[in-house]
Amino acid sequence: MAQVEAELQPQAEAAPKPQGYWSGVLGRLAGDKVAMACLIVIALLILSAVFAPWLGLADPYRGSMIARLKPIGTEGHILGADEQGRDMLARLIYGGRLTLFIGLMPVVFAFFIGSALGIAAGYVGGLTNTIIMRVVDVFFAFPSVLLAIAISGALGAGITNSLVSLTIVFIPPVTRVAEAVTSGVRSLDYIDAARASGAGALTVIRVHVIGNVLSPIFVYATSLTSVCMILAAGLSFLGIGVRPPEPEWGLMLNTLRAAIYVDPWLAALPGVMIFATSLCLNLLSDGLRSAMNVRD
Amino acid sequence: MLSYFLRRLILVLPVAFGVSVVCFMLVQIAPGDPLTAIMPVDATAEQQAAMRAAYGLDKPVPVQYLIWIANLLQGDMGRSIATGRPVAAEVFGAVGNSLLLAFSAAIIAFPIGTFLGFLAGYFRDTVLDRAVTAISIAGVSVPNYWLGIVLVIIFSVNLGWLPSMGAGPGGSQDWHWDWTHIRHLILPAVTLAVVPIGIVARTVRALAGDILSMDFVQALYAKGMSRGDVLRHVARNAAATALSVMGLQLGYLLGGSILIETVFNWPGSGFLLSNAIFQRDLPLLQGTILILAMFFVAMNLIVDVAQAAIDPRIKRS
Amino acid sequence: MSATDTARSTAPLLSVRELKKHFPIHGGILGRQQAVVQAVDGVSFEVAAGETLGIVGESGCGKSTTAKLLIGLTQMDEGDIVLDGRRLGPDMSLKALRRDIQMVFQDSYASLNPRMTIGDSVAFGARVQGLDDPQGRARRLMARVGLDPDRFAGRYPHELSGGQRQRVNIARALAMSPKVVVLDEAVSALDKSVEAQVLNLLADLREEFGLTYIFISHDLNVVRYISDRILVMYLGEVVEVAPVDDIWNAPAHPYTRSLFSAMPSMDPDNRTTKPPLSGDPPNPIDPPSGCRFHTRCPMASEVCKRKHPVLGRMGQGSPHWVACHLHDPASGHPKAAEGASV
Repeated sequence: MAQVEAELQPQAEAAPKPQGYWSGVLGRLAGDKVAMACLIVIALLILSAVFAPWLGLADPYRGSMIARLKPIGTEGHILGADEQGRDMLARLIYGGRLTLFIGLMPVVFAFFIGSALGIAAGYVGGLTNTIIMRVVDVFFAFPSVLLAIAISGALGAGITNSLVSLTIVFIPPVTRVAEAVTSGVRSLDYIDAARASGAGALTVIRVHVIGNVLSPIFVYATSLTSVCMILAAGLSFLGIGVRPPEPEWGLMLNTLRAAIYVDPWLAALPGVMIFATSLCLNLLSDGLRSAMNVRD
Repeated sequence: MLSYFLRRLILVLPVAFGVSVVCFMLVQIAPGDPLTAIMPVDATAEQQAAMRAAYGLDKPVPVQYLIWIANLLQGDMGRSIATGRPVAAEVFGAVGNSLLLAFSAAIIAFPIGTFLGFLAGYFRDTVLDRAVTAISIAGVSVPNYWLGIVLVIIFSVNLGWLPSMGAGPGGSQDWHWDWTHIRHLILPAVTLAVVPIGIVARTVRALAGDILSMDFVQALYAKGMSRGDVLRHVARNAAATALSVMGLQLGYLLGGSILIETVFNWPGSGFLLSNAIFQRDLPLLQGTILILAMFFVAMNLIVDVAQAAIDPRIKRS
Repeated sequence: MSATDTARSTAPLLSVRELKKHFPIHGGILGRQQAVVQAVDGVSFEVAAGETLGIVGESGCGKSTTAKLLIGLTQMDEGDIVLDGRRLGPDMSLKALRRDIQMVFQDSYASLNPRMTIGDSVAFGARVQGLDDPQGRARRLMARVGLDPDRFAGRYPHELSGGQRQRVNIARALAMSPKVVVLDEAVSALDKSVEAQVLNLLADLREEFGLTYIFISHDLNVVRYISDRILVMYLGEVVEVAPVDDIWNAPAHPYTRSLFSAMPSMDPDNRTTKPPLSGDPPNPIDPPSGCRFHTRCPMASEVCKRKHPVLGRMGQGSPHWVACHLHDPASGHPKAAEGASV
């Protein structure tokens, strides 16, 4: 990676101002059209979800007998109405709130917890490493879908339970990557040099390790967001995630499934949202990976 | 080779132990009393205590685990609370159907994924490569439970070509290799195959690209070897890694089929699992998860050993 | 205390006694400990204040492990480190030791944090040790090693050349005002012209700050240029220690002789005719019995396979120490009497 960085800045010696790492990353990311487009889509989804009450939308909870399963393009219901006559557009936008929250937060939690565990295991080594990594191995023995459903199934439905189970699912992979990256950095001379200055383990980790391991762990974590989204919506689709009548894309897909013989395309709409979001998350993560020169 | 196999086997034992602990803990983390479902509402305190003693729930948790694992090793996984039948019988019947689905999906996915990935890797940076890359990104991004619904909409609702539910006519539970049954397999298997097609294509593309750019391939061309011979060499070099990815995918297919089985009412382990969840049938939940996870552990072991058999470099590490 | 140089009447600044480090090797089906690598096996030496001790030997002989043991980067199994009369452990903490002994590594790039500016890297140690004005210290030292702090302090390691980076590493080591600096192949990776500049800088700094160096290198010419005494290691043991001119003109140990004869001479009339060292050194996992060098030694005799030679003086009060049966008349080696002249 060092060499790549050096090659990317051939004029560094002559440059008037030294260039930091992050400004380089942002510059490269801004030049990636696909990644930028995905970033805009995701930003719009998040903003519209956050500001949904101020967008002049219909009440996503109020149903109407006569509006039931109105097709896409109906006046007053641009994207139709669901099986209880609730406005689909409003429910899809409001649905982004819970779906994105439960789809992204577990990765955020797992990023912090997994990084802490992995960095501790990788830096300290020895018995600490063995204990942490053997426990991680156990969780790797479960396919992620199975583990998420098992924990959510045992805990029962609910937003908190979904967050807990998905966080547990994503801690082991983040820990494994963090441990591998940290072990690599740990063996470099600048860590020895820092230790030789008399700095304690926590100081060395804070000043010298974190800055050098966090970006590959971060890129890896972003690659998990798409899977997490799909899984989170999947839990609700199975009925062990968000409870009705909350608008949530997976749950909407589940309740509308019965209507595929009446209006198939209306029923498929919430899935389009999940697909589009997860696609953008994947492409953005790929863009970030190349902008940060992380190789896997 | 045998010593490598034994070493791997010994490494698997603690993992298997850990998996059993996690499965046991599933019942412990579940809220509420596991007996509420079968206990009469008006049970007296003594009756409740007797019931607890009968199920061993009055003992400390580690003791409960030891009793549970001892029974497990004798093939006794307890009884389903909902049906009263032994969990083992319920699970093994369903796992058979899941395996059928998973293998069918693998048979569809692996050749297609390999072919696409190879095309992309060989014709790197062409339109073909970009198309395959787009397909594989879409493949790994799609929520497959939604894709299943879309396929049902197209092929069952609009075209009426294929059935949308169950594993046979009239909700039949017995599988037969005839067209009336295979018709039911097509949609779920295709749906399940989409994600592994994306992943396998991505892996094979990277492998083929890497290997084709290596020095030894240039050397083979320089020796006057034909394009076909070079391709055969490349394929053999990529086989070990590709195989391991596919082996893991087969395991994931079994786990990932849960959602697909729900979409298509496929009478497999995933379907059983969702029933267990809704009826709060914890022994059944526990047993199903345990069997699926152990299958995944075994799959990992087989992949490791097979990989080492193909590529002797792996044994050394 | 076997290697004490009593010719110097003053107490040594740094004294290392019976340093030992064995690395276990795990393997087999159950991952049990299979063997140990005897990386450093009973190394003792002393360094006087202001002196430079060169350590030479083939790769894998334990010189780098010795360096890391000195500063506690690798934990020793056995042995004592006494600095300025204070013993590590009872009298002195590791943190205190690390303030007085600093180290410069071979790889100038790997030894600098790529995400940290040069100025911060140099100031880090002083900040950790709680010295006042770490930034000012860093700037003064950067200027002293020839890097303009206004131009370089805000730069990142990849923006510097190898020679500049090694100057940064030297400044960083000096930022804590250490007494001893361990230079582990510190100039080996540099171009010859840059190497000479950095060596001169090191020599100047030694005068200016009254530093004591432990200079580890495989390059004998460089070691000769900078050292007062030279210590030769073979398979984790000290085989010879002597003032630089003594060892250069009259190497006593057959290993030292072959090491020096393997060196290309600049003077065509002075090219050696002695056979150079052949083959790789034996595996340190299972070192040879008796004298560890006997498998490659042209002078080996029966006694060398049985008896382990002890490091001893070449003569009464001599500063020249060697661990070889040839130089011990009582050893029973057939050529022991004529040893020194062979």
